[in-house]
Amino acid sequence: MSKAGVVRTILVLAVVAALELLCRLGVIDRVTMVPPSRMIVSLAEILAHGRFNADIAFTLGNVVAAAGLAIVAGFFIGAGLHALPRLRRALVPLLSAYYAVPTFVFYPLLIVAFGVGRTALIVMGAMFGVVAMIVNTALGLDHVPSAVARTGAVLRLDAVRRLLLIRLPAAAPHLVTGVKLAVAYAVIGIVAGEFILATAGIGKRIAYAYDNFDNATMYGLLLLLLIGVMIVNGALSAWEKRLHRRFGQR
Amino acid sequence: MAASRNAQISLRGVTKVFPGHDGHPDVHALGPIDLDIARGAFVSVVGPSGCGKSTLLDVLAGLSVATSGGLAFEGEAVAGRVPDGIGVVFQQDASFFWLSVRDNVAFGLRRRRMGAAEIDRRVDAALAFMGLADFAKAFPAQLSGGMRQRVCIARTLVLEPKVLLLDEPFGALDQQTRLLMGDELLRIWRETGATVVLITHALDEAAMLSDQVAVMSARPGRFIDIVTTDWPRERDSTIVSDPRFGAITARLWDKLRGESLRAMGVAAPQPDRQ
Amino acid sequence: MTARRLDHVLLAAGLLALWQVVHWAVGPDVVSSPWATIVRAWQLIGTAAFWGHAAATATAFGLASLIAIAAGVALGLWLGLRRFAGDVADPVLGTLYSVPKITLYPLILLAFGLGVSAKIAFGVIHGLFPIAIFTMNAIRNVAPVFRRTALVMRLGPLATAATIMAPAALPEILAGIRIGVALTLLGTLIGELFAATSGLGFALIRAMDVHAVADILAITMLIFMFAASVNAILGLIERRARHGG
Repeated sequence: MSKAGVVRTILVLAVVAALELLCRLGVIDRVTMVPPSRMIVSLAEILAHGRFNADIAFTLGNVVAAAGLAIVAGFFIGAGLHALPRLRRALVPLLSAYYAVPTFVFYPLLIVAFGVGRTALIVMGAMFGVVAMIVNTALGLDHVPSAVARTGAVLRLDAVRRLLLIRLPAAAPHLVTGVKLAVAYAVIGIVAGEFILATAGIGKRIAYAYDNFDNATMYGLLLLLLIGVMIVNGALSAWEKRLHRRFGQR
Repeated sequence: MAASRNAQISLRGVTKVFPGHDGHPDVHALGPIDLDIARGAFVSVVGPSGCGKSTLLDVLAGLSVATSGGLAFEGEAVAGRVPDGIGVVFQQDASFFWLSVRDNVAFGLRRRRMGAAEIDRRVDAALAFMGLADFAKAFPAQLSGGMRQRVCIARTLVLEPKVLLLDEPFGALDQQTRLLMGDELLRIWRETGATVVLITHALDEAAMLSDQVAVMSARPGRFIDIVTTDWPRERDSTIVSDPRFGAITARLWDKLRGESLRAMGVAAPQPDRQ
Repeated sequence: MTARRLDHVLLAAGLLALWQVVHWAVGPDVVSSPWATIVRAWQLIGTAAFWGHAAATATAFGLASLIAIAAGVALGLWLGLRRFAGDVADPVLGTLYSVPKITLYPLILLAFGLGVSAKIAFGVIHGLFPIAIFTMNAIRNVAPVFRRTALVMRLGPLATAATIMAPAALPEILAGIRIGVALTLLGTLIGELFAATSGLGFALIRAMDVHAVADILAITMLIFMFAASVNAILGLIERRARHGG
């Protein structure tokens, strides 16, 4: 590991150890937070006994569906905007302000439209992430060097093949950034929705534990969520970095 | 360290080694280099890609410390600090995008605590000298690459450097603009009396502009030839019509061709023997 | 009318038309019509209650933004100027940025209780990390030729930082602030959804509880207009700092 990596690991461990100490000494009271060791034990119990397996599967399914929807819709809308620069320019202020608005507030409206169930959650998750995918798709297509794009024309490929065989792969680094963000936002949208709607899923279980002052379970679930997100995000980030390196600085 | 009496700048046995990271071997970028540059001379350095020309310029400017050997500027040893009186024009655009042309040129003077009226006078002179008077209020983003380089040159000249180091300053420009900028550079050289050291990959540019051309080998760069041109002080790009120009350029290429191939990793072909 | 203005007007008209179509498709119980929403927004603006909520949100948002900007820029500057510290912190910041902040909500609620400080805390944790990351990268990505120019001009480290590094990095820092401020607003509003007795987020929750569709859309529209304005102003400042560069 590099020198920076060693220092980083030591720092992180030091912070966790400090938290453990503060919790055990009672400086941080049990009502607020349980010691990290207790969180890990709780997480292990959750995984071993599998009492939340159905909820985990529920949430996972929702995230995959929402992310998938956001990625596909976002890609085609982004490609469309890239092809219509006037429309894109006009939309820029709206897209920039999108993430300042809590789109959660549309939950009740989506429920009335789609009924109580997964569909409303998935649409919410997708709505949250789609704009990140749109913006990054357009940006990625921007960064396709015109010489590369025109090579496609010189090779006499039709428009669809040019998009899929040349421009899409050339835009890959930014597209992967968009995918990473869409997944991250899908998780936030789904779990927050499950918080609010409290029908099923990890979000519901967290809300339930919070309401019942079951901090151990709640923090165990939060740790599960955190680790899950870090693994997926880490993998996508590594892929993103590798693509940026391979494609070079542009 | 014995420095030549007349030399303003003296390099003796200068080498530059970049230590390797994470198991990679050390990079011997430069040397050993011996060089004397006379006051007021116009010297060019040419060489194949990666031979260490830019590293040499960094050492000359005091931006980089030589691994071994020494550098003397006006009789005093230089190590680690940029001596007073050195001006550098870089290959990349160094114009400050947040300042107007006028403020760019005034930048160095403002740091020196000079009266505002004096600063204005000198800046006006520098702008006029470089043909930028009409663009004083413009911002670099509105100017072409050549104009931006002129802003950088003006910014350097207004500080009245004794030595002007240029690292492939015209690299980003087209051939015609390069030739015109070469004439500009000669005018600057004549009118300021500064010593000029020009790093360039263009042999014709080196041949037509300089009093002396130092030819570097492939890495680690050492001088394999120093060609004296004997051009008159009053010269410009029309010197290309002088019959000696072809001979000088030919001699430079003769030395450089093998080195360039070596730099590319190809063995130099043996001349035909019939 | 310039082409740009015309495009914005056309876009607004197009979006309103789309909105109207959706309203016809799903009915007033899901989406109120644009006209009904605008009327409701107009009515709300006339009430003192609305402005009470708006002031509460604005205060919390303002304070959270100031804290996020001050702490984020300071942290980013330090990490940008000290190479090693930046290398150590980079992945940590990236991870903290991408962690869903919802995992921290219970902790903040438990630590700060219900009230203004929880709201501000929500806002800060959303805005701090992007600002710090953008600032750090802004400093690190300053073109090396600028640093070398400073050396050739024999500027000391303080003069270099103040007269060259800072203005060179400023556009990117402002971009980070723009994004961070938008997220800080989101965080503040979310804080109000969960932890408040006043503020526009709280008003939204109330409207959600009684299913007052027009209210939900009207308040959301007003929030959106506010966010878009703030974003536009910050974008203008950022563009000026670029001087076309």
